[in-house]
Amino acid sequence: MEQLNHMPTPLMDIPRSYCPGCTHGIIHRLVAEVIEEMDLLQKAIIVLPVGCSTLAVDYFAFDSVQSAHGRAPAVATGVKRALPDRFVMTYQGDGDLASIGAAEMVHAATRGELITTIFVNNGIYGMTGGQMAPTSLMGWKTETSPYGRTAQANGYPIRVSEMLAQLNGPAYIARTDVVSVPGINKTKAAIKKAFTAQIKGLGYSIVEILSTCPTNWGMTPVDALKRVKEETMKYYPLGEFKVAEGL
Amino acid sequence: MGEKLLMKGAEAIGEAAIRAGCRHFFGYPITPQNEAPAYMARRLPEVNGTFLQAESEVAAINMLYGCAAAGKRVITTSSSPGISLMQEGLSYIAGSELPVVVMNVVRGGPGLGDIAPAQGDYFQAVKGGGHGDYHLIVLAPSTVQESIDLMQLAFDLADKYRNPVMMLSDGLLGQMMEAVEFPGFVDIEKLPKKPWAADSMQGKRSRNLVNSFDLLPEGLEVMNKKMWAKYADVEKNEVKFEEVETADAEYIFVAYGTVARIIKTVIKDLRSKGHKVGLIRPITLYPFPKKQLLALAENPRVKFFLDIELSFGQMIEDVKLSTEFKKPVHFYGRQGGMLPEPNEISEVMLKLMKEAK
Repeated sequence: MEQLNHMPTPLMDIPRSYCPGCTHGIIHRLVAEVIEEMDLLQKAIIVLPVGCSTLAVDYFAFDSVQSAHGRAPAVATGVKRALPDRFVMTYQGDGDLASIGAAEMVHAATRGELITTIFVNNGIYGMTGGQMAPTSLMGWKTETSPYGRTAQANGYPIRVSEMLAQLNGPAYIARTDVVSVPGINKTKAAIKKAFTAQIKGLGYSIVEILSTCPTNWGMTPVDALKRVKEETMKYYPLGEFKVAEGL
Repeated sequence: MGEKLLMKGAEAIGEAAIRAGCRHFFGYPITPQNEAPAYMARRLPEVNGTFLQAESEVAAINMLYGCAAAGKRVITTSSSPGISLMQEGLSYIAGSELPVVVMNVVRGGPGLGDIAPAQGDYFQAVKGGGHGDYHLIVLAPSTVQESIDLMQLAFDLADKYRNPVMMLSDGLLGQMMEAVEFPGFVDIEKLPKKPWAADSMQGKRSRNLVNSFDLLPEGLEVMNKKMWAKYADVEKNEVKFEEVETADAEYIFVAYGTVARIIKTVIKDLRSKGHKVGLIRPITLYPFPKKQLLALAENPRVKFFLDIELSFGQMIEDVKLSTEFKKPVHFYGRQGGMLPEPNEISEVMLKLMKEAK
């Protein structure tokens, strides 16, 4: 039998512990492919969050720093200021980045810190078992919004990309999805642009990737993909929100 | 050693850190230590260093985490409420075995407290502060000169044990100006290598992981056992203390930092009146000079200990444990930024001596 594709070198070739239908696997692979294609492996350092993707301490085959919940942009700032010629990225979920880590995210962005954030937004806390996130949509039933998210009790979901686009520091901001093949291809292209923004020294870069959580949404993987297309994308429009000159 | 300079404590520690090979500072404004970051903001660019004012103490300590993970000597300075915010980060730094130096210029608390000298953060510094089973190495200078002298040691101990080191200072030491001398500059190129650092593979090795996480209880216990083996070495090798007139002393003061300095005056006064008093001053608060205190407690000549603090009694718990209750341990403390006068302390001692007879 012929192997048509290989595991990208920046990824460990071992089984993942993510749930069936989880899109972290796809996103890990896209990150790894771009790192390989841009020849960044030997100078790359990834800062990992607290959440499901803490499990990635076992998955990326290059230098990794595991950080406290929400603090990855501050940790990455420390790494980058120590070693300005390295490629430094964070990988964060929506609870980590948009809730507990909101301050660190905004300030890294406004400083134009030369780091890249891969922001995986599935609108829910996965690792802790399905609590409401700042990105959960109105009406969504979660462990901590069992009657559905309401404006009165919980306020409104945060659109991180649009919010960061108000700042001067970011060089590249895009929102993409990984629920279809074209979406996956566009995500890869966005990751490449975001990494390029860092390499060129243009500023902070972030790719917000709409993803799923079949387990905590209580859905089959296929229904979860549908939900992103039918609900999530309506509140979180896809596109590029900031593209610095020179990208 | 060079010429004598008149310098404020908070600025002196900045220069001392630079001379100890530190080129990175991350911090957040808080009184009474603002002269330290201001000094670093001016001085670090002159030595190709990096100064960054973080958005909060929470962010600052995590910037230290990243910088130390990347293999660099790094410091922050802050004061009590700011240090509280850093406890999460310190726990992660200890768990990930990273060397950092944190200066706490302690002020009055709890809560917003005030901005005057205090020693109310002893428990937080010595007993752990953040979550989990770990120790900081804690150094307590009692003069501006000693703050400078201990800075080099702080960085060396942090690197040697891959553990956070806290310099426990106070508002008086931070704000006071004294004549000081600085050591020369450490050659950064000659500092011990850090093969564990996550500074990217550079085509030379497989990946490094900086991490305090292990989902398997078996694995986490092994990680923490390794840390505690390290603490056993720290306790064996790194205890530092000063003894003043203890050779024939019957009554022993125990105090650290600024208070110990006041007590040196008290000892002169009481000795001049024929009273055999002495002082034991822990310089390392963790590891604590347990053996030295026990030896004094077991000496039949010694009648009692008098522990003096700028708190209502924190270090006294370690004094009692160390002396194994073999001799009485008395206490006198002032709080809220109030400093005891030498004659105030003399009176307490004289009264206790009378009662003991």
